[in-house]
Amino acid sequence: MNGQARIPAVEISSRDLKHNAHNALGDTQLRGNMRKAMDSLMAKRLASMPDEYEREHLREMGNHVRARALSKLPELLERLEANLTRNGVKVHWAETVDEANAIVLQIAEARRAKQVIKGKSMVSEEMEMNHFLEGHGIEALESDMGEYIIQLDHEKPTHIIMPAIHKNARQVGSLFRDKLGIDYTEDVDALIQTGRRVLRQKFFEADIGVSGVNFAVAETGTLLLVENEGNGRMSTGVPPVHIAVTGIEKVVENLRDVVPLLSLLTRSALGQGITTYVNMISGPRQADERDGPQEVHLVLLDNGRSQAFADGELRQTLNCIRCGACMNHCPVYTRIGGQAYGTVYPGPIGKIISPHLMGLENTPDHPSASSLCGACGEVCPVKIPIPALLRRLREENVKKPDAPNPVMRGQGSKYSPRERLLWKGWRLLNTSPWLYRAFGFLATRLRGLTPGSLGPWTQNHSAPKPAARSLHELAREHLEGK
Amino acid sequence: MMSAKANILAKLRKSLEGTAPVADDYDVELVTRPWSYPAEERIPRLRQLMEAVHTETHLTSTAEWPTLLEKLLADKQLPSLLIAPATAHGAQLAAHFAGREGLPRLKAYDRPVEEWKAELFDDTPASLTGTLGAIAATGSLILWPNREEPRLMSLVPPVHFALLKASEVYDNFHEVQQKQRWDAGMPTNALLVSGPSKTADIEQVLAYGAHGPKDLVVLILEDA
Repeated sequence: MNGQARIPAVEISSRDLKHNAHNALGDTQLRGNMRKAMDSLMAKRLASMPDEYEREHLREMGNHVRARALSKLPELLERLEANLTRNGVKVHWAETVDEANAIVLQIAEARRAKQVIKGKSMVSEEMEMNHFLEGHGIEALESDMGEYIIQLDHEKPTHIIMPAIHKNARQVGSLFRDKLGIDYTEDVDALIQTGRRVLRQKFFEADIGVSGVNFAVAETGTLLLVENEGNGRMSTGVPPVHIAVTGIEKVVENLRDVVPLLSLLTRSALGQGITTYVNMISGPRQADERDGPQEVHLVLLDNGRSQAFADGELRQTLNCIRCGACMNHCPVYTRIGGQAYGTVYPGPIGKIISPHLMGLENTPDHPSASSLCGACGEVCPVKIPIPALLRRLREENVKKPDAPNPVMRGQGSKYSPRERLLWKGWRLLNTSPWLYRAFGFLATRLRGLTPGSLGPWTQNHSAPKPAARSLHELAREHLEGK
Repeated sequence: MMSAKANILAKLRKSLEGTAPVADDYDVELVTRPWSYPAEERIPRLRQLMEAVHTETHLTSTAEWPTLLEKLLADKQLPSLLIAPATAHGAQLAAHFAGREGLPRLKAYDRPVEEWKAELFDDTPASLTGTLGAIAATGSLILWPNREEPRLMSLVPPVHFALLKASEVYDNFHEVQQKQRWDAGMPTNALLVSGPSKTADIEQVLAYGAHGPKDLVVLILEDA
């Protein structure tokens, strides 16, 4: 194998979900890896929540805690900022990813930073921060083991909790051999120790650490990070500067609100009662302290979230605590993997949040890429009605693009005058009895003219053919014949 | 031009016009009752949960722990130990080691990290810190790093020894927040630590010693 060749993975040539899904479905390695991983994650979640009463009531409580936070979001954001500022944290606001990147760059330039080490942060993926910083001569290295693996292979995360879940140990072994020049091994412990060794040096050298935020507590001005590896603690504790980036929806009112959400998050995501580390950061190093960053910054990013917030129903999208349970339970996600979506957030939550971040014009097929089986809504720890929101987005997606008062950017990206006309005809037919009877008569008498090919339907099915007599006619004959 | 902050807040406020905040119906029972234990079960549960994720735990006493730690250091062939001499436990261990030959070297985190970062990373194989207690529900230690026991002391050395007073094992996280009055003010960094560092990022195979300590050893002082 060529030393520079990529390990075969899904080729994401475009944001075209249909095209990507078609390729992914043909990748038996990917499908095997995903099936195995998702089965295991589903089993672990259930094993960690054996008491149905506790589980269902806690989900309800999680929903209420998030709904309460969103119902006073502007006030809580201001409280969060006031308390963080009092603690010595600098708070920045960004409406767009460009603004957020500019803020990060400004901080980096003020420190003449050359190396950034990153804990796991999905918002920084939204920002494409690595690419942006590299364009300005600053190295940005992922330190979460999964993120590190996919960064080495120039890929995007396939899962928000387990970014490299689509790869198996053999694939990682080949990747490390090719990129790091070590001997091939598929021993997971050995591979992790290699990652540890390489990244420890990077933590040591880094000028800036970047992290996400799981919960931002307004009451105390505390940023809470949840992780198993310790890379989050390293990223936020070793470099002289820590920049946390997060969405404006991540705030909760009180410290105690974290108790149910934390329990829901780690059990829903990984089936763990708690993660190895729960890291609560409330300020930079104080004058009498001997370590910790000298500067801590928080970047609050909107990037389409206020659009979701504006609609009472769609606002529920922002309840999300990013556990990934909806992905693990999704029959579509399990079969095509996360990269096929071509969005930062894949799976069911990705299908309802991405249209706000990117516009429906860039995610036209996402609301429809669902069988509406309902599994995502049933496992969501904060009870986001994902299937209902998918149906709502489908409606927004077929409105006339120029209809007044648009709720969504890119409204009507699947609008088709022909389809609209067909449905108008269908309505007319079904609301006029005489027309319905005439249609029934013609359809049965002219059944020989039914086309044999009906687009995608007849690829896998035989074409439907009306019966020779309608049910009405048969019923009448039957009764009259008595 | 309005600032990003003003724009965002204005949009959010407009969206909330005519709505009332959702009432706070926080259910204390639900986050405490399923996670409450008789006093005699707290430590067994804590040990069971922590050992399940490869933590080593030992029952010992206020008088005996330095001897136990000395033995553990020898078993693990650790040449030195990072301690905080200004704390009561740090002083106790220093006194236990004082004037004796052939023991691991005791080091203190007594200066800013910048002055000895390379040594901390490359030549500090183990550390000893106290804790603010533990949580039986999830098998977690509570750490509030401070001047004497800074943040990196429990993170960078590959082996972390932690002292836990048996009387400070709480039932659940909610109880800890209430009894220790966390809402009244948080330190710059507070931690729950529930085992040695681990990852399952490759094929969901669990591997220990990802970025933080590879070994976590908890010494439980039954009489404290």
